[in-house]
Amino acid sequence: MKPKYLSIPYIVWMGIFVVAPIIFVVFYAFTTSEGVPTLQNFAAMGRFTSVFVRSFWLALISTVLCILIGYPVAYILSREGLRLQRLMIMLIVLPMWMNFLLRTYAWMSILENTGLLNRFLSFIGLPTVNIINTPTAVVIGMVYNFLPFMILPIYSVIVKIDRSLFEAAQDLGANTVSVFRNVVFPMSLPGVLSGIMMVFVPAVSTFVITQLLGGGMVMMLGDLIEMQFLGTAYNPQLGSAIALVMMLIVIAFMYVVNRFGQGEEKAVGA
Amino acid sequence: MSTSIKRPGFFGRSYTALILFFLYAPIFILIIFSFNSTRSRTVWSGFTFDWYRSLFFDSSIMNAFYTTLIIAFISAIVATIAGTFASIGFYNMKSRWRTPLMHINNIPMMNADIATGVSLSLLFLSLGTVLRFNLGFGTLLLAHIIFNIPYVVLSIMPKLRQLDSNLVDAACDLGCTWIKAFWKVIVPEIMPGIINGLIIAFTLSIDDFVISYFTAGGNVMTLPMQIFAMTRRRISPEINALSTILFLTVLALLIVINVREVRQEDKQKKLKNRH
Repeated sequence: MKPKYLSIPYIVWMGIFVVAPIIFVVFYAFTTSEGVPTLQNFAAMGRFTSVFVRSFWLALISTVLCILIGYPVAYILSREGLRLQRLMIMLIVLPMWMNFLLRTYAWMSILENTGLLNRFLSFIGLPTVNIINTPTAVVIGMVYNFLPFMILPIYSVIVKIDRSLFEAAQDLGANTVSVFRNVVFPMSLPGVLSGIMMVFVPAVSTFVITQLLGGGMVMMLGDLIEMQFLGTAYNPQLGSAIALVMMLIVIAFMYVVNRFGQGEEKAVGA
Repeated sequence: MSTSIKRPGFFGRSYTALILFFLYAPIFILIIFSFNSTRSRTVWSGFTFDWYRSLFFDSSIMNAFYTTLIIAFISAIVATIAGTFASIGFYNMKSRWRTPLMHINNIPMMNADIATGVSLSLLFLSLGTVLRFNLGFGTLLLAHIIFNIPYVVLSIMPKLRQLDSNLVDAACDLGCTWIKAFWKVIVPEIMPGIINGLIIAFTLSIDDFVISYFTAGGNVMTLPMQIFAMTRRRISPEINALSTILFLTVLALLIVINVREVRQEDKQKKLKNRH
């Protein structure tokens, strides 16, 4: 048996459970509830432009913050001793075992107007802040929940880099900064790309974080879709159309990001 | 072996500590308030174990907990096995075939959870009317396996790409059959990826709310669904209690595993020094 045939069962599986469901979404998006072909679902989407813009803007901010915060963590960890590395990775994975909704719920008690943050601020004599039910609260919730998904892929790529490359670069006169800039960073880009994938997509489509920390005041695409399928505004055709457009924009975004990444990889010959 | 890599200094370590504080503060708050004698989540009013006691008599929470655990175990194991074979199959294909297939594999990951959930619910509802089944435990489990496999493939493929293909060739030249090379060369080399995939699948499955929400129907509830339903009213500190137990269990497990690994390494080092 040739090894490439190992994937045939999975190819059939993907046809049924990955491709077919998307065909269903496309079918629903282009039909009325009676099954008549139509474009009215897309026409009805115009009034939600601000929701689209807000979703992509907040997700982009969160992704960038995750890279800025998470990359240094991954890099610092990779230079620790092996035992400490293992311990730290454990510590970063551990919070993911606490349920996502609960962790977000915990942020409610921190960010509320009478919450722990404001209690602390007034305790040390500072003015209180109004964060809950604003986009800021939503971004905090996203960064908090998705940060490990940025740190882990970057870390796992950096530790795999052959250490003799660092030594070679150093022997050739590179200091720590230029080793980082010319060796570590370009070689870690595949990790950053998977990190972006794992952060941006759940961020752009969340409805849990917006409902808990945005209190219904910060409506995003996820809320809109959820309302069409399980909520008050039951309309799976419109919901499918919104989901379809969101999917297409996400795919375009990922394509651009990946292209950029491939260019960088080629430039360093990796 | 000499390492010329400078260890992180005070600044680097303080930064990591700060991030860990950021990651853990909300969790400690949850744990502390599981012992709070009132239902308040911000005002401390006294110590109690009541929520732990009542937790075990709350059948809806306990049922949701068992459902979550069973789904996570089965789906993670099935997805890891399927994903390992699929990855190795993909790796050995010509890139003309592999590239489009990998794109299809990546769809459930690139896709937002909500889009996966919605599209699967449309599929299950349509198949259900033809084959006469309803949304329930079966569709929930199927959905979890479906969204777990791509993550397993994602965590194994980079390891396969890093795998030196000469190793397999060398094994084959030395008379290994392909099956033998598979078990003795490929699997050990990609083991970190497989284990990583298993862990990711398990945690994603335990943590998943969105896809479950759209594919479970009205009669089955996972723990996250239960919690979501409760946030619409008011969360019972019983949930805090359950999370605390879960958290401490995982912590204990990870510590045991870690200590054992360190001890084994020490033993191996000692053996090496003796020879």
